[in-house]
Parts: sequence; structure tokens; C-alpha cells
Amino acid sequence: MQQLNRVIPVLTVLDGKLVKTKRFKDPVYLGDPINAIKIFNDKRVDELILLDIGLANANKEPNYQHLKEMASECFIPLAYGGGITQLHIAEKVFKCGIEKVIINSACVNNFKLVSEIARSFGNQSVIVCIDYKKNMLGTRVPYVNSGTNKIKQGILPWISAAEAAGAGEIMIQDISRDGTFQGLDLDFISAVSAKASIPVIACGGAIDKEACIKALQETNASAVAAGGCFVFKKNNRKSILINYQ
Amino acid sequence: MITILDYGLGNPESVSNMIRRLGVNAVISSDKDKIEHAKLLIIPGVGHFARAMENLKSMDLLDILNHKALVQQTPVLGICLGMQLFFEHSEEGNVDGLGWIPGVVKKFNLVHPDMKIPHMGWTEVICQNNSPLFMDQEEPLRYYFVHSYHVVCGQNQYAIASANYGYSFTCAARKDNITGVQFHPEKSHLYGFRFFQRYFKFISL
Repeated sequence: MQQLNRVIPVLTVLDGKLVKTKRFKDPVYLGDPINAIKIFNDKRVDELILLDIGLANANKEPNYQHLKEMASECFIPLAYGGGITQLHIAEKVFKCGIEKVIINSACVNNFKLVSEIARSFGNQSVIVCIDYKKNMLGTRVPYVNSGTNKIKQGILPWISAAEAAGAGEIMIQDISRDGTFQGLDLDFISAVSAKASIPVIACGGAIDKEACIKALQETNASAVAAGGCFVFKKNNRKSILINYQ
Repeated sequence: MITILDYGLGNPESVSNMIRRLGVNAVISSDKDKIEHAKLLIIPGVGHFARAMENLKSMDLLDILNHKALVQQTPVLGICLGMQLFFEHSEEGNVDGLGWIPGVVKKFNLVHPDMKIPHMGWTEVICQNNSPLFMDQEEPLRYYFVHSYHVVCGQNQYAIASANYGYSFTCAARKDNITGVQFHPEKSHLYGFRFFQRYFKFISL
């Protein structure tokens, strides 16, 4: 079988600045996102994911002008998440030159938005993202609003509902591994990839590009995304280095 | 003037950004005058085939497009869904296309349970029929794809490149002044940049 091996750097943005979080907290300032996008272009990365982590809780719309500036420097497929709560917002985001939108908080118990985007822009244009962490019993529980609100619904039923609504891809993000470099949640990625009939993007805990590729081979996920390992040096996780290694 | 057709589907801005990188400016428009006077017409597109044909009809663009492609024989480049529209018929929505290139558009018929639709990601492309757009490259050509349907040329002579996803399929086609690619050169960084360079040279732009 053919592996397409998509390894996707994730850029998290807060108030227009590139940051990196640990377990969705303590954002560390890294620099200018446009500069990082230019470097990732030159490194010929497979795709890019851009997440604005300051919008869901602030109830704000995306900064379209900034999005447009970032997209115009990006000659690789670009997905964007953050603040997309209505179809007309998604439409404006696409107009900025973004290929795919990522929906998380806006699809709690309500997949109407996902269906609307899929109908207007095609299934491939909408990714449903599920952030999760384990509770005290070891069960993985989904969260929204940048990891601050726990959701009662199980992850697998959420995925089925997202698929039925017309999502083109599922992204799963392990909050407790974010920025920790402890390795990916392989067992769960395997379980989700086996269950989903659409491509699955796994995120959280990757050490380097090689580990991402290995995870793709072991789990049948369609893509692995990672933030920390592509913005910090491997031998010094405090030292900033935009890389694709 | 290069005109990128804006018919309400897809991402004309991305195409315009990439072309600007080559030092060439394009206008994004659905204005008939801008189509009429284009020396290259680019038809991008991501989305549903039937919806695209509906949009072209409701925007009253079919006559001018046919005139441009078949009478004036201006170079036309279709990208992704834009390319699929050039063919006679699509299984997506079961409707007729523009019919400029003989052949049909079919859904991927994959037997391996682990292979998912859409075909999404970077795939190597192989030159067919010695097309100058894909021939004699120093390294294998890789482009970004995202599609659930692919074209099947009525005659093999129109295929200019193929790719493999479960099986080999035509990923670029050309008939006279009409060229189409299934992949996204505007989102294929260096490979895409070079594709546009070769294409512009090919049509003597």
C-alpha cells in the first residue's frame, strides 16, 4: 500500500505572534509567523497548519489582514483554525488564500457549520479537530476552547458525527503531550485511524520528523502534525530553530 | 493579460500568489471583458463538479469560455476541478462538462481498505507522450494532490502525465491549446514554481 507520509508543522499564533505552548499553556514567544512560513516554504514541508489559540475564548473573529499576509507567503497547502464559528467567517478565511479550515469549539453537539462548509467548499476543505486528555481513570476525554472546556461526548462518536456531517479530515491532538517531546499517543492514533474512513492527522508529543514518519507507518494515520520539534533545536528545546528534521 | 477565472469555487488567490512569484501579474475576475482579452486563461477550482457547471451557467460564462478555448484558441490552463471541467462528463453529480477534451471523470475505485479517499498529499508524477511540461527533469516531480475523482482520457494521446494512487491515473492532459493538471502547482512549492515556468515558456508567454 502506498504511504503518502504527510508530516505537517503546526504554527501556533497568539495576538499575531508565533508562540509555542506546553500542554496548551505557558505560551513562549518565538518570533514572527510570516518569517517561519517563509522558512518552511524553503524547506519544502508537506503542508502547514496555523492555529490562532487566542480567539476561541475571546470570542473574536480571525485577523483577516494578517491571515492574508501569511497565506500570500505560503506556497504549500495551508490549513487554519481559530475563531471560525460561522459559515461567513469560514468564507472570509478561504478568501484570504487558506485551503482548509479547522473547526473545534464550534462543533460541540452541532455539526451544522461543518456541513455548511463542506457543502459550499467541498469536504476536503474542512478538518474537525478534537483535543483530548486522559482523566483520572485513564479515559481520553475531549476538550474545546483551547483545552479549557471538557465535553461529555466520547471521542469516537464525535468522529463518526464529524464524518457524517461531511468533514474531510479528522485531527486529534493530545493536550497532555503538547510541547513535551514524549512521543505520540500511538495506540490511540491507531484506534482512531482504524475507525475513521477519512484521513486522520495526529498531533502531540512528536520528537522529530523521523518519529513522525515512523508513527505514520505504525498507525495508518494519514498525517502527523507537530509543533515543538519543528521550532526548537533537538538538543536544546529552549533554543529556537525553525527546522524540518 | 493573464486572467484567473473567479466562478465562486476554489482558491484563485493562491494561483495569483504563485504567479506573482514568477514576476507575472494576473487578474482574478469573472468579467467577460477580462476573459475576452486574456492571453492566458487559468481556470482553478476546488469543489463539486456539478456545482461548478451550475455556476458557469448561472454566471453566463459558457459561451465566452467556449469561444475563448475553441474559436480564439487561447491557451487555457485548468487546475484540479478546473481541469476536470474540460472533459465530457463526470460521475460527480452525473453531469456533462465543457467537452473540450474527449474523456470522462470517474471516482477513485480503490480496493485496499486502508487507502482513503480523497487522494491527499504529495505524489510523484510520470511524463506521458513525451510532454515538454514533464519531460527531462533532473529529479522526480512531486506535486500536491487533493481529489476524489480523476479523469480518464478518451484517447491516450491526450494524457501528458500520470500518477499512482491505488492504480495509475492520468493527472495531466492536453489537447491543442487546452492543458489541465489534477494537482495543485500553486501549492507545490519549488515543483509548482518550475511547472509554471515551463508552462509559460511552452505557451511562449
